[in-house]
Amino acid sequence: MRVDLEIIRRWVKADSRVLDLGCGDGSLMSILKEDGHACLGIEIDADNILACAAQGLSVIEQDIDKGLPNFADKSFDLVVMTQTLQATHYPHKVLQELLRVGNEGIVAFPNFANWRSRLHLGLFGHMPVSKFMPYSWYDTPNLHFCTISDFEDLCHELNITIVAKVVVEADGSQGLLTKWFPNLFGATAIYKLR
Amino acid sequence: MSQQQQPASVGIVHPQTVQFEEPLALSNGRTLDNFELIYETYGELNADKSNAVLICHALSGNHHAAGVYSDDDKRPGWWDHYIGPGKAIDTNKFFVIALNNLGGCHGSTGPNTINPATGKPWGSDFPILRCRDWVHSQARLLDHLGVEQLAAVVGGSLGGMQAMRWSLEYPDKIRHCIVIASAMNLSSQNIAFNNIARSAISKDPDWHDGHFYDFKTKPRIGLSLARKIAHVTYLSDDLMGEKFGRELKRGNFDLGTEFDYEFQIESYLEYQGDTFAESFDANTYILMTRALDYFDLAREYNDNPSEAFSHTKCGFLVISFSTDWRFAPQRSQEIVEALLAARRPVSYAEIESSYGHDAFLLPNKRYEDLFAAYMNNVAKELNNAG
Repeated sequence: MRVDLEIIRRWVKADSRVLDLGCGDGSLMSILKEDGHACLGIEIDADNILACAAQGLSVIEQDIDKGLPNFADKSFDLVVMTQTLQATHYPHKVLQELLRVGNEGIVAFPNFANWRSRLHLGLFGHMPVSKFMPYSWYDTPNLHFCTISDFEDLCHELNITIVAKVVVEADGSQGLLTKWFPNLFGATAIYKLR
Repeated sequence: MSQQQQPASVGIVHPQTVQFEEPLALSNGRTLDNFELIYETYGELNADKSNAVLICHALSGNHHAAGVYSDDDKRPGWWDHYIGPGKAIDTNKFFVIALNNLGGCHGSTGPNTINPATGKPWGSDFPILRCRDWVHSQARLLDHLGVEQLAAVVGGSLGGMQAMRWSLEYPDKIRHCIVIASAMNLSSQNIAFNNIARSAISKDPDWHDGHFYDFKTKPRIGLSLARKIAHVTYLSDDLMGEKFGRELKRGNFDLGTEFDYEFQIESYLEYQGDTFAESFDANTYILMTRALDYFDLAREYNDNPSEAFSHTKCGFLVISFSTDWRFAPQRSQEIVEALLAARRPVSYAEIESSYGHDAFLLPNKRYEDLFAAYMNNVAKELNNAG
């Protein structure tokens, strides 16, 4: 299981109504459904929508960049968004929508200030391409990469409260270096927001 | 529309009829003392009678949804692409019921059948029907077949309206509701198109106030015109351009008008209209379009669709098609929004297609895959429950 999913799973309160923005193939929803939560996914990719339907997961075709006008305020206990924030046109608006619709939010994203990315850029002078970020700069769904520091600045600007935070390395481990210097050693950041 | 070779078919099918002697109270206050429904079934009803799927047909549909009537029958049922062994509605897993609605003209009691009170065809004296009347008559058919709960009700267009009405009228009798290219009510533009169609019929000199049977004629011109108008609205501009363009069937651009119709599209429409006028009943056409016009899912729920859907207990799959402008994706999204507000489980997809409203009847890989995936889970659920 993807390490961020396992962490998120532990953060979800019992019997939650969960909305998954950019739910992908339903990996997280299928875990949460197993745990007894009521889940709904929003997805834009046809293959992903099919993958969700094939698992019996509820999924709605919708572009989250156009907002969530069809969802009432606080209509979900939790709205999650994993590896999607960086692919949106307006991350700040999506974050605000996420917390309008959910009582709480969980956001997981790749940390662009990870030492590997810095190495690519600082030493080799290239945009990082790795197993983790496999796209070339000119053809990528990832429009808005950010760093842990950037994200926290944005939360502050938007008056979003960070309730919890976990930063892990690419292999899912959480060494002391990552604990001390998350923005340098962390590959994935997971936040619980309110 | 090109007929694709089917990988598997339900094979030769036989329609059956059933007579209901218990009176049916209709929403307009009238009562049908007795009535007959014609239907077909495909696949086997399982031991606990839980695998039945009801197909609700659209405006011009009927009970012949799948299979053929003989080995050399070249025209399979209207939804043969989606019903059969290994298809989206898999007859290896489901017991599929398709009927001709009350008021239809393919064998169920309707305007072209005999009114016992007069001994003559009902004609325009046949009671006006609403979607719910169909739903209640369909429930009678299920009783007859020994089905207590449907695994799913499925319908496109007007059929989708019936499916939604099922979810409200019999919440305990259905597990899933599949609504394709439909809407919670018709737009003003839609009603306008239906009005033009009805005018075409009622202005035909052979209409005789709906009692044309007595004169051994039928309003062919009017019905053909009605169908032509509808047909244009069922297709997209792009598709018509792609399929017919400005190609001439005969004549040429220099001579101008020499024949009644010269462009390919004209010849196509003429054929569609004429064929339809021969095989369909004008009174049924009026009755069906009226049912469409008056369908209003939320009217008796304070005009609040989410309040309406809060009474449902089933799962929903809603599908729309990108170029459908008669039942646009926006109209399906309204259904989804109401279901979300009612906190009902719902999945939704907008399928890319150039075929306009007709897309719901036609082959389309993404539509098939998604439909099949959803139905597979409906089947799995039954196995888990059993």
